[in-house]
Amino acid sequence: MLEAAWLIPAFPLAGFILLVAFGRQLGEPLSGWLATLASAGAFIATVVVYAGLVVEPTEERFFILKLYTWVESGSFSADVGLLIDPLAVTMALFITGVGTMIHLYSIGYMHGDPKYSTFFMYLNLFITSMLLLVLGDNLLLTFLGWEGVGACSYLLISFWFTDESNATAGKKAFVTNRIGDFGFMLATFIVFTQIGSIRYTDILTRAPEISTFAATLIVVLFLLAAAGKSAQLPLYVWLPDAMAGPTPVSALIHAATMVTSGIFLLTRLNPVLAEAELWSRGLIAWVGALTALLAATIAVAQTDIKKVLAYSTVSQLGYLFLAVGVGGYVGAIFHMVTHAFFKALLFLGSGSVIHGLHDEQDLRRMGGLARFMPVTAFTFIIGWLAIAGVPPFSGFWSKDEILLFAWNADEIGGKALWAIGLVTALLTAFYMTRLVILTFLGRTRFFDVTTDEIDRAVEARLDGARAEITAAEEAKATADGEAEKALADIAKREEALDKARLTARESTAEVAASTPDADGYDKLVKAMDRATKAIPKAETALIKANEKSLEAARAVHAAQEHVEAMGGGLDALAAESPPRPPPVVTARTPATPVGELADYLPDSYTRRQDQRPHESPWTMTLPLLILAFFAVLAGAVNLPFTSDLHILEHWLEPSLFGHEAEVAASAATKWLLAIVAVVVGVVAVVAAFAVYLRGRGSAEDVEQDVFANAWYIDASYATFMGGPGRRMFELAAWFDRTVVDGLVMGTASTLVQAGRGLRMTQPGFVRSYALGIGVGAAFVMVWFLGRLFA
Amino acid sequence: MEVTETWYLVLSAVLFAIGFTGLLVRRNPLVMFMCVELMLNAVNISFVAFSDALDDLAGQTAVFFVLVVAAAEVVVGLSIVVAVLRRGPAMTADDLSSLRG
Repeated sequence: MLEAAWLIPAFPLAGFILLVAFGRQLGEPLSGWLATLASAGAFIATVVVYAGLVVEPTEERFFILKLYTWVESGSFSADVGLLIDPLAVTMALFITGVGTMIHLYSIGYMHGDPKYSTFFMYLNLFITSMLLLVLGDNLLLTFLGWEGVGACSYLLISFWFTDESNATAGKKAFVTNRIGDFGFMLATFIVFTQIGSIRYTDILTRAPEISTFAATLIVVLFLLAAAGKSAQLPLYVWLPDAMAGPTPVSALIHAATMVTSGIFLLTRLNPVLAEAELWSRGLIAWVGALTALLAATIAVAQTDIKKVLAYSTVSQLGYLFLAVGVGGYVGAIFHMVTHAFFKALLFLGSGSVIHGLHDEQDLRRMGGLARFMPVTAFTFIIGWLAIAGVPPFSGFWSKDEILLFAWNADEIGGKALWAIGLVTALLTAFYMTRLVILTFLGRTRFFDVTTDEIDRAVEARLDGARAEITAAEEAKATADGEAEKALADIAKREEALDKARLTARESTAEVAASTPDADGYDKLVKAMDRATKAIPKAETALIKANEKSLEAARAVHAAQEHVEAMGGGLDALAAESPPRPPPVVTARTPATPVGELADYLPDSYTRRQDQRPHESPWTMTLPLLILAFFAVLAGAVNLPFTSDLHILEHWLEPSLFGHEAEVAASAATKWLLAIVAVVVGVVAVVAAFAVYLRGRGSAEDVEQDVFANAWYIDASYATFMGGPGRRMFELAAWFDRTVVDGLVMGTASTLVQAGRGLRMTQPGFVRSYALGIGVGAAFVMVWFLGRLFA
Repeated sequence: MEVTETWYLVLSAVLFAIGFTGLLVRRNPLVMFMCVELMLNAVNISFVAFSDALDDLAGQTAVFFVLVVAAAEVVVGLSIVVAVLRRGPAMTADDLSSLRG
């Protein structure tokens, strides 16, 4: 059955090739199902191999399946061969198992993506590379897988590469990993010079031949490689940014599988670690412990659901390094397996939340989702209990084992390591509880106004005020016109009145001068009457005109006042700072009061009130349920109570060559440590409930800026690389251009010059050759004669 | 005055020098070819002179070899001369410098 091992990487490789050839034609969802089947096939093949390995006696569980010779050069040779031992099979089991779950989940998650089949093609290539990494029987094949997963990681992080930030995140991951890869290569070279072979069988059995110095160097270089791939200090910075990729990728690559390859490598080479100086193992433990603590503090203050999980992953990987450093290889693999289950579960749960909220990742916009997505909430809570170290969930058992080994490692500062591990456990329980409360409990903040909507409302209100001012200004202009017209009218009326009075006076005088019996006397009297009557009419018209003018003046005044009032109001409105959702929220944070702005909120707000966050389809919830099942029970593979229950420990024995550290602590101490760990976890959970659900204490005090900004490490890197780093690179570039290129180009141009000089001796004239021969012959003759007579 | 081998050797040296000088100063390929022949036969004279002086036939044997080789050389050489002159009646050895470095 062990001979079937080649099927394990062959299935996903076949899936990859088929998807390259026919991915587009298959389309959605067939290409997804094909990839899932390929991964499931690999899982079944792994189970078959596992069964084959179990039936062997313990000491024979170390099997090499050579497929063909890959490279052969002098004394160096590397095969494409598979090393089947308990460690490799354990890794392969959870890579293919968790991988299949994530493939299944992606079928639903990637629904509607234009690059649907490409995504699954990358996933299958990733699984192939990862399997080569863990199953390869030599360092070169592991390196092939190592680079393969790195390339897939790059492709998948920047999967939606049209967004600049995603592309940048992909590059950051790739470049950071290259620093580690250089450590891997150097270490491989040193191994070859020491042993003369890079096969694991040779390295593991002949490790004592390596000098202590070389072994230490190898361990430190492999630590560098592992720190790159497994996101440890100082190279962890790429992992949080890698969350730019689709969520299944975050779960598969950046939580469950690829990031564990560093731990796998160090565990695989445990005989070399045993040969190295003690301080190099101490370095591994301390790097791990400090990374765990640092990342946990950062996770406390993140507001992006995936960023919290990313820093949590970095922190948990730190735990694994701590375990390897203190010699607790079983604990490391144990926690790696349980972590793969519960962290994949948490990531897929967060993906389900993001999916249900239409791509909302901000914790401040979640809350109360348990009502809307019960399955996601239920499984997420199981993941939370597992990672928080609540017994009897799986995380408790594995974390407890690591803490016990740390306590035990006195020669490298074990008690301090244990204390750091405990504080990290406390922080882990705290931030995970915070995450669960902010996501699933309390008020549903999804319906609240967003900052963007408030800004748009403010803008809408300002626009309204501006329109009113314009209208008032127009009214004023009209009133001004009216007033002017009225004034003109008054002038006209006054003129008319004067004329009427004059006419009346003239006709009265005419009447007085004339005699009553004269011709036309009556006519004159009639004219006088008419003229006299016209006076009051003209007077009335004048009064009316005056009134109209007054009215117009009043209207002008009123309009002026309105404009002035509005202008002042506009400035006040513009100066008024709009309401903002608080930067730090708890379950009790009320909706941001918007006051008068409520009338101006944009459509997106009103439309959202009718939407409901929805539960994901079965292809997404089924993997969640399966992973939740394992997140609960995975602890059963290595229960600490009796020796018989140390199943994983016995299983891994053939891969560890007796390098697992001995625990000297008494049973009472073990119990005490476990109880302390549980108490610390419970305290953290209670504290988080008090702060985030009950509103005791202030969340602002917990979420310090320094945590939210990741201790300014990313910013410092950027500053350093932009300033002194850049100058350093420029210096190196200058050195390369002038000195290195100068040497190479100088050699070439010297030869060209010499050639040019030598050409002069070949003019092509026969006679000059003849002269040369003659002179040469003469010289030879003189020389011989000189010898003869000397 | 007795004719000793020194006379022959001086003759040989003179002929050789004339041939060599001719080879260097003339540009007509045919004349240069004749100069080479002159140098070869100058050497032949010294071979014969030494052979007689030392009473050793090896010198005369060498002369035969030189003659045979010279005959072969004449065949090749004259055909080259003909080929050169075909390219133009005024061709000289210096015009054939396409193997210049």
